[in-house]
Amino acid sequence: MSERITASDGIASPTRSTPPGPPRALGGRRAAVAVADSVVKWMPSLALAAALFALWEALVRILDVQRWLLPRPTAIGAEIWRSRSVLWDNALVTGEEVLVGYAIAIVVGIALAVAISYSRLLERAVYPFVIASQTIPIIALAPLLLVWVGPEKTSKIIIVALITFFPIVVNLVDGLRSADRASIDMFRTLGATRWQTFRKLQAPAALPFFFSGLKISAVFAVIGAVIGEWVGGQAGLGWLMQVVRPLFKTELVFASIFVLSAMAIMLFVTVVVLERWALRHYPHGDGD
Amino acid sequence: MTASHASGHVTPPLLAIDRASLDLPAPDGDRLEVLREVSLTVRAGEFVSIIGPSGCGKSTLLNIVSGLLDADTGTVSLNGDLSARRLGNVAYMQQRDLLMPWRDVLDNAALGLELAGVPRSASRARALDALPVFGLEGFGAAYPAQLSGGMRQRVALMRTTLPERDLLLLDEPFGALDAMTRGDLQRWLVGLFEGSGMGVLLVTHDVEEALILSDRVLVLSGRPGRNAGELEVNLPRPRHETDVTDESFIMLKRRLLDMLALDRAAA
Repeated sequence: MSERITASDGIASPTRSTPPGPPRALGGRRAAVAVADSVVKWMPSLALAAALFALWEALVRILDVQRWLLPRPTAIGAEIWRSRSVLWDNALVTGEEVLVGYAIAIVVGIALAVAISYSRLLERAVYPFVIASQTIPIIALAPLLLVWVGPEKTSKIIIVALITFFPIVVNLVDGLRSADRASIDMFRTLGATRWQTFRKLQAPAALPFFFSGLKISAVFAVIGAVIGEWVGGQAGLGWLMQVVRPLFKTELVFASIFVLSAMAIMLFVTVVVLERWALRHYPHGDGD
Repeated sequence: MTASHASGHVTPPLLAIDRASLDLPAPDGDRLEVLREVSLTVRAGEFVSIIGPSGCGKSTLLNIVSGLLDADTGTVSLNGDLSARRLGNVAYMQQRDLLMPWRDVLDNAALGLELAGVPRSASRARALDALPVFGLEGFGAAYPAQLSGGMRQRVALMRTTLPERDLLLLDEPFGALDAMTRGDLQRWLVGLFEGSGMGVLLVTHDVEEALILSDRVLVLSGRPGRNAGELEVNLPRPRHETDVTDESFIMLKRRLLDMLALDRAAA
């Protein structure tokens, strides 16, 4: 497990520390307790955020920083409210690019990882290209993509998929190899076919690794979409920032950043919730 | 071998290994001679133990019988069939329980049936029926993390035995458990075996365990593993009440220990 690429240690494990009690009953009460539990666990983080925003607000006021240079958090909040329809429209565009690119990366990533772990020959043929794809500077590729496929969403979706499939493939390949020799032998002595061994042993054993990859990719996905929109586009929060920055509408730039952050966090949390559910019976620590 | 036949009608033994030898690659790149011309038989309804110093190739021998490995020379036959497919036809319980944490007790126990093509619901139903026999009644919905070591071992034994193979291989199944749990499980295993008609081949390094459970005990020498002796255990069954302080038991134990000591002296 130690080789897994994990960007989220400590973030992803707030409610996984419940001890293995008797067989669990699913119920509203349990869910309510879980929610209360996570509120308590997130308190330090929320308190820190509040303190930092207060400090920011105070420093800008005391030092009298120009608003086009660094706006106050309250001004950014007001800007988010004032420009809500512009932000919403562009967030929808970015959100679509993120989700479609992420979905493509998951499908392609699973296919590649299964192929790589299934055959040594495919591994030798394909793996170097998977790694090579990550050495390409996306920032250099993005303008070319724009020329090749046009300024619409497609170029952004490609960038998102390109940037997010790598952690998924690498983690899943490790995961599919994580089933130990003795378990594979046990399956063989029970007369299992290779497909049965894959479906009932290797795939479930890979699940915690798969979610590790998904969590890293969730954060990268939003960055990828913004890079794509930044170098040229017609809509999206990255495009919006690029358009309003020269107009010294710094508040709107920060408003866009806040919305983008919120989107990335929402995607990440969604993956974590799915992970908790999917790995609810796995030994503790495996899913984090 | 010791098997003798009263009449002209000869039933081939459940398992017959004839002069099996095997070299395996050593960590330093050399070949390591693990087994040299080992022979043994197990008949239907017979409980045979293999005992020997660590590193004598006991586990390797079970790997050969199960079909995970093939001997370099020598033969292995099931019911007299030299080319019988062994993988999937011989029940084999390895040292670790190898339970899958994401499956509950029923699904872990039903795995063997499931892999043999029995539908999942039918597999689970069979496992559910068998829970009391394995002392796991009421634990069908529990997950491995919630079980004690002894219970996990019994779930693994369920997984191994539910497909009802004629031959059961056990590789130090109680080695990792504390003495008290081990004693309980040994007595319980004897109860399960007696009257089942199964042939059992057990690997152990525990002399008492071998004597309590077996009809015959085979002694293997240190590396490379060779036949170094054999002992008939003519203690009456049922054995689950066998008194280990009984004189006849102590006599057998002494003879077995002597065999092991003799082999050590020869090495």
